[in-house]
Amino acid sequence: MNVKNPKKHFIAYLINLAGVLVLFFLLMGLFKSNVLGARTAYLMGICTTACYTIVMVTSLNILVGVMGEFSLGHAGFMSVGAYASAIVTNALADAGLPTILLFVIALLVGGVASAITGVLVGIPALRLRGDYLAIVTVAFAEIIRVAFCNFEITGGGRTMSGIAKLSNFYWCFWVTVICVTIMYMFVRSRFGRTVKAIREDYIAASASGVNVTFYKVMTFTFSAFFAGVAGAMYAHYMTAMIPTIFNFNYSAEFLTEVIIGGTGSLTGSIIGAALLSALPELMRQFSTYRMLAYSIVLVLVMIFKPGGIFGTYEFSLTRILKKLLSGELFKGKKKLTDEMGGAAHE
Amino acid sequence: MQLALFIQSVINGLNQGAIYALIALGYTMVYGIIRMINFAHGDFIMVGAYTLFYTIPLMISAGMPAWLAVIVAIAVCVIVGVTVEVVAYRPVRGQGSMTALITALAMSLFLENLAMVLFGANPKSVPAIFTLPTVNFLGATLQTKYLLTFGIGAVIMILLQLFVKKTKLGKAMRAVPQDKEASTLMGIHVNKIITTTFAIGSGLAAVAALMYCSTYPRCTTDMGSMMGLKAFIAAVLGGIGSIPGAMLGGLVVGLIEIFVKVYIAPGWYEAITYGLLIIVLLVKPSGILGKNVGEKV
Repeated sequence: MNVKNPKKHFIAYLINLAGVLVLFFLLMGLFKSNVLGARTAYLMGICTTACYTIVMVTSLNILVGVMGEFSLGHAGFMSVGAYASAIVTNALADAGLPTILLFVIALLVGGVASAITGVLVGIPALRLRGDYLAIVTVAFAEIIRVAFCNFEITGGGRTMSGIAKLSNFYWCFWVTVICVTIMYMFVRSRFGRTVKAIREDYIAASASGVNVTFYKVMTFTFSAFFAGVAGAMYAHYMTAMIPTIFNFNYSAEFLTEVIIGGTGSLTGSIIGAALLSALPELMRQFSTYRMLAYSIVLVLVMIFKPGGIFGTYEFSLTRILKKLLSGELFKGKKKLTDEMGGAAHE
Repeated sequence: MQLALFIQSVINGLNQGAIYALIALGYTMVYGIIRMINFAHGDFIMVGAYTLFYTIPLMISAGMPAWLAVIVAIAVCVIVGVTVEVVAYRPVRGQGSMTALITALAMSLFLENLAMVLFGANPKSVPAIFTLPTVNFLGATLQTKYLLTFGIGAVIMILLQLFVKKTKLGKAMRAVPQDKEASTLMGIHVNKIITTTFAIGSGLAAVAALMYCSTYPRCTTDMGSMMGLKAFIAAVLGGIGSIPGAMLGGLVVGLIEIFVKVYIAPGWYEAITYGLLIIVLLVKPSGILGKNVGEKV
C-alpha cells in the first residue's frame, strides 16, 4: 500500500461488493427456495445470531487487536445499545414510521447511546493500561448491569419484553456488512495506523506528537458504537431481555472469540464469531460442553499459537482473484510483490 | 435499636471482609510474584466449596468434627492450583501479560464449566460446619462463628507476613519479582517458587471456602468468579502485592458492601464497590498500602 491508486482501490471495492452480493444471494436463495423445509426459519435465526455476534466480536477486535488493550466489559456496551434502542422503539411504536426507518433509528440510537457511554467510560478508564484496564472495564460493565437492574425504565431487574421484532436476517446481514466495512476502513485509515503505532509503543508514539489519550478514547468510543449497534440488533431480534444476560461471562465469551479467531485479524473475528456462534446451535445436545470446549481451545491456542488461529492474516478476494488469473494459486506459495489491499470481509 | 443495627452491620461487614481478605491474599501473592491476575483463583474457592459439600457428610458420618473437611478441601485446592499453574500458566510465561491474562481467563472458564458438567447447574446446600452459640451484645445478636472467621483471617495474615518476611522461602518469593534472572543466578529455582506461591494461594482459597460456606451455606458453579472479582478489588484497593494491604482492602470492601446494603440502597451495593475500585485506581493505582512504581522508558 505504498503507492496510492484510487482506480485500483475502486476496483477492489467493486470486487468485494460482488463477493458480498454473491454470498447474500446464495443465503437468500437457500432460505427463499425452502430447500431445508421446516428448518429454514431456525437456520435464519442462527444466521441472525451470527450477524450481531460478528459485529460485537469485530468491534472488540478493534480494541484488542488494533489498540492492544483489553475490554472485559464489552457486553456492558452491548446492553446500553440494546436498552437504549428498545426504549426508543417502544416510544416510537405508535408514530407510524415504516419499519426500515424504525430499525435504522433503533440502530443509530443504540450506537450513539453506547458511544456516549464509551466516552464517559473511556476518559477515566484509559488512563490505565493492561491488567488494570481490563479490571476497570469489568467494573464499568458491572455498574451498568446493576444500574439496569435498578432503573424502572429498563424493567427494574425483570425481563423487558414486548420489544418490536425489527431484526430479520436480510437487514442484519447488510447492517453487518456496513459495520464491518466501516471498521475495516477504520483500521486501514490514517487514524487506524496511529492507533497501531500506539499499540506498538505508546511512549514513542507520544514522543512523535500523537495525542495518545485522544486516540485511545476515540477508538474506545468507535468500538463501543458498534457494540451498541450489535446490541440494538440483539434487542430487536430477541424482543425480550434481562440485564443479567450481559454479564462478565458474556463479555468473556466475546473476548474468547476474538482471541481464537486472531487478534488483529478482522477475517479471524468474522469467521471465529460466525462459526463459534453457529456451532453450539447446531449441536444443541452438546451445549453444556460448549464453553468447556471453548476454554480448552483457548488455552491450547494461547500455548501453541498466541496470535490466534488467523494471526493477523486478512482474507483478500482481490489477492485470490489475482493469483487465479496469473495461475499462481496452484503453483505454490510464491509471493506477489505488489499485493493489493482491500480484503473481502465475507 | 439503631446502635444494635450498627453493631450488627459492623460484625457482618467484618465477617464478609475477612472472607474477601482471605481470597485477596491469594490474588496478591500470585500477582506479587508473576504480575498476573489469576482469574482462576475465584474458581479455586468454588472447587473448595464443592469439596466441602462432598466431604462434610463423610466427616460427620465418621464421627469427626465437620470443619476437619477443610483439610481435604485444602489438599484438593492445592492440587488443582498447582496443576493449573504447571499445565496452563507455565507454558505461556514470558509471552507477555496479555497472553497470561487470557490464559487465566480461559482457566477460570474451564474450571467453571467443568464444575457445571460434573456437578450440575443446581446450587448445592452445604451442611452446617460450625455449631457455635450466638451472644447478645448491646442488643445485637453476635454470631460467634463470625468472630472465628475474623480471627482465622487475622491469624493467617500474620503467619503469612512472618513467612514472607522471615523465612528463606519467603525471601526467595520476594526476590523473584524483583529480578528473575538474578534470582536464578543466586540459586533460586524460580519455577518452584512460583508453584509454591500458587499452592499457598490455593490453600488459602480452600480456607476462604470454609468461611464462606459457614456464612452462606450454598455453593454454585459461578460463585467463584464474582466473589473473586470483588476480592481482587479488595487486593487492588489495599495495594496489590502487599499482604496487610489485602487484609485492609478486604475489610474495607466487606464493610462498604454491608453498610450500603443496610443503610443506603440494597440494590446498588455492587455498583458502589466497583465505583470505589475505579476511583481508587484513578487516584492511586498502587492502592492504599502499595508502593508507587514509576515506569521506565
